[in-house]
Amino acid sequence: MNFYIISLVKAGLVAAVLLTFCAYLVWIERKVLAHIQLRPGPYRVGPHGLLQPLSDLIKLMTKEGVIPANVHTFFYLLAPFLAVALALISIVVIPFGPEFSIFGVTTGLGLTDLNIGILLVLAVSSLGVYAIALGGWASNSKYSLMGGLRSAAQMISYELPLALAIVSPLLLLNTLNFREMVVGQEGYLLGFIPRWTIFAAPFPQVFSFLIFIIAAFAETNRVPFDLPEAESELVAGFHTEYSSLMFAAFFTAEYANIITVCCVATALFLGGWQPLWPAAYGSSFVPPVIIGLAGLMLLYHGSQALRTRRWDRFSFPVIGLLFLGLAGLFLVPLLQPVLIPFFWFMSKVLVLIFVFIWVRGTLPRFRYDQLMKFAWTFLFPAALVNLLLTGLVVALTS
Amino acid sequence: MDAILFLTFAGIAVACAINLVLQTHPISSALSLVGVMTSLAVLYLLLGGSFIAAVQVIVYAGAIMVLFVFVIMLLNTQGERMLPKKKVMPVAIALPLLFSLIGVIATIVATQVPSTEVVKFGTFAGGDPLTFGRAMFTRYLLPFEVTSVLILIAILGAVVLAKKEI
Amino acid sequence: MPPFPTVVPMSWYLILSAILFTLGAAGFLLRRNIITVFMCIELMLNAVNLTFVAFSHQLKQVDGHIFTFFVMVVAAAEAAVGLAIILTVFKNRQTLEIDEISSMKL
Repeated sequence: MNFYIISLVKAGLVAAVLLTFCAYLVWIERKVLAHIQLRPGPYRVGPHGLLQPLSDLIKLMTKEGVIPANVHTFFYLLAPFLAVALALISIVVIPFGPEFSIFGVTTGLGLTDLNIGILLVLAVSSLGVYAIALGGWASNSKYSLMGGLRSAAQMISYELPLALAIVSPLLLLNTLNFREMVVGQEGYLLGFIPRWTIFAAPFPQVFSFLIFIIAAFAETNRVPFDLPEAESELVAGFHTEYSSLMFAAFFTAEYANIITVCCVATALFLGGWQPLWPAAYGSSFVPPVIIGLAGLMLLYHGSQALRTRRWDRFSFPVIGLLFLGLAGLFLVPLLQPVLIPFFWFMSKVLVLIFVFIWVRGTLPRFRYDQLMKFAWTFLFPAALVNLLLTGLVVALTS
Repeated sequence: MDAILFLTFAGIAVACAINLVLQTHPISSALSLVGVMTSLAVLYLLLGGSFIAAVQVIVYAGAIMVLFVFVIMLLNTQGERMLPKKKVMPVAIALPLLFSLIGVIATIVATQVPSTEVVKFGTFAGGDPLTFGRAMFTRYLLPFEVTSVLILIAILGAVVLAKKEI
Repeated sequence: MPPFPTVVPMSWYLILSAILFTLGAAGFLLRRNIITVFMCIELMLNAVNLTFVAFSHQLKQVDGHIFTFFVMVVAAAEAAVGLAIILTVFKNRQTLEIDEISSMKL
């Protein structure tokens, strides 16, 4: 019974955090894009637009959910549900930290410890294409259908390099279980280079990482591969005909997919929760120092706030004090074994997410034939060659 | 727990299979088939085949069926006429025969398979990726290589068929 | 009424497989759309796969799984070629009804 209670609590916690994070990812994305383009971004709702996700949610919930005439009602309603359900499933295999004991209960910092973790992620992501294809087809609109067909072709094509790029680090790690993968990346070469698969001997997996990230951009339908929703040609692609909460479901699914992909990349290539340099050289003090510095900066800026931004005088110090309190939590010895690995994991995930947004703000969109040509004539052969080389090196050195 | 899980997913599988046969639109049939495949994957998990369950979802539901759905959308056909008039008589004969086939198989299975043979989750762990890979790349290496040739031929055939005007 | 079993008898899996196979066969005979007929074949293959995996569990050997894997590979190859054929047929005849594609009949 204990097992069920712990699982339920963890599932609730992860779901709540994940969905909130999805909502704030929209805010982060808009802010980063805005700053890339020298704009302030969302600013009105709450201090620096911090309550924007909430107002977006209220807006989407109170909008009328239009079901257009001549749609396939069942599939039309099924598609967004499927999208969000599949996007939320794969997070269950991601370990956010090592095992720890609390109140006499030992549990992992993740929902499950599955032996076929990476296969589950692949399986669920391969089902994700149905949601988009169905949504596009059931809408009974030419733009949606084009978007759905494009995405089906694109996701099938980019799944191959994605899977091949996953296989090469697995050759080094010898396991399909995410927790064992991260544990396998423990330790340091020459005492300071982390033994993450992206750096590891005998064959650093830099190329696999790049191929994985490129394919992940395509799998999550992000710029520069966002052909399924290319607004200049297809209005909004497969979700043209969707409104209200069904639109929000597609949106949540997209962001949840980005988070999952970044988590998988972190666990597979970037050493999961392993710190950047050994704890002996003080890596445990990085989180409190960084968060504390951020808090102090907010306190300083709060006192220097412009006259026109009167709210900043209040909101900056409050958030700064919150940050300082958070930094203090990292110094409590009881919480350290949980919080510090979690900090490293999340910081790597956030860096990857920042790259996703950065690319969106920088690169133009591919043309459809270029997209397919790139997948089949460059990415797939490159992934194959990389896999062969890795296999050869592993076979020769072991 | 085992029995509940089995009955749930067996029920889903049978319901989806019936739906597959009865639906007039190919897309509905295709999605029912995906339902059958994913619930069968859960049954494989119960039978201790964790790797084959994952492969079932990845290959069958995630690749083969996507191809079907893709083709159906590409052709964008309407639902078929269910049955021409002259076919009603054969169907009326065939259906009872099919159900008696199920009955015969069930009787044979029930009498031949000893009732002491039970499936309990966790009693067989030989279906994990490690054992599977060992067997695949030692005892079954030649068949494995032959399938790769088969796949190559299939790819070439598909490309030729799709490209040339016949 | 017998008590509700806590473990599943092996025969249940085999009977489920028989039901699925029969449904696949029924669909194969009744349906007129090539794509649906094709999907019914896949359903029959799946039913057989279930038997393989069930017997693999009974014999405590992995061979059944490997056979299932090969069936999947063959099914994938078959789907690729079969769907290419269907596309070509549709391009030339604008129909998917199997009764209308009968020019090879005497």
